[in-house]
Amino acid sequence: MVLPAPDGPLWAGLVDEPIPTEDLVAWATTPGSGAVVSFLGVVRDHAEGRTGVAAMTYEAYREPATARLAEVAAEARRRWPEVERVAVVHRLGELALSEASVAVVVSSPHREVAFEAGRFCIDTLKETVPIWKKEHWTGGEVGPAGSDWALGEQRIRAIGDAR
Amino acid sequence: MSDVRLVVFARARETAGRATDEFAAATVADLLDQARERYGPEFAAVLATARVWVNGDEPAAGLLTVLAPGDEVAVLPPVSGG
Repeated sequence: MVLPAPDGPLWAGLVDEPIPTEDLVAWATTPGSGAVVSFLGVVRDHAEGRTGVAAMTYEAYREPATARLAEVAAEARRRWPEVERVAVVHRLGELALSEASVAVVVSSPHREVAFEAGRFCIDTLKETVPIWKKEHWTGGEVGPAGSDWALGEQRIRAIGDAR
Repeated sequence: MSDVRLVVFARARETAGRATDEFAAATVADLLDQARERYGPEFAAVLATARVWVNGDEPAAGLLTVLAPGDEVAVLPPVSGG
């Protein structure tokens, strides 16, 4: 799945390849931007009660997930109208340690809004977009090698629900 | 009775043993009863923690939602993206 073109000031979607983070930052950096905040979620070596995580597999309910990523970006711009541009991109498939699974890039004239809107995007994405990750770990003191689905933080909710 | 497509994800997919399936079902509740019967208790346990969507979103009528031919019902375990 290839990242679609930006939709005006919004750029959102799913990719099966590495996230083009530098392209997202360059695109977000408009003449009116005084702050460009970029957040990357990356694969780490441990999870709840588990060490030796070596890889992660992400899957999505693709069409609704694509639509909701775009809605998250649009909602951020509605809540913070000063925002210049918003990019929200999630990667699927098998990712190795330290690879980026998700990128949020927000630009605005001043940093406060860029940070707040970026924080909103990643927090809302985690609760509203139908994506799941499976952790793969190597063997060690705590037990043999294996894999399991990460514990979901909560049941999926609607983007518009009060938080 | 309608010919409806079921799509399942993550642990729901693994316990069902497949990603998609077909059902003749009148309502969401009817379809889920048949799915529990077809896939067994492990799937039923996952289903108890999941949300069920129809055509890409949460249906207002929930389990009572009446299904039409070609509808897509999805079983979504707690999400863990990011």
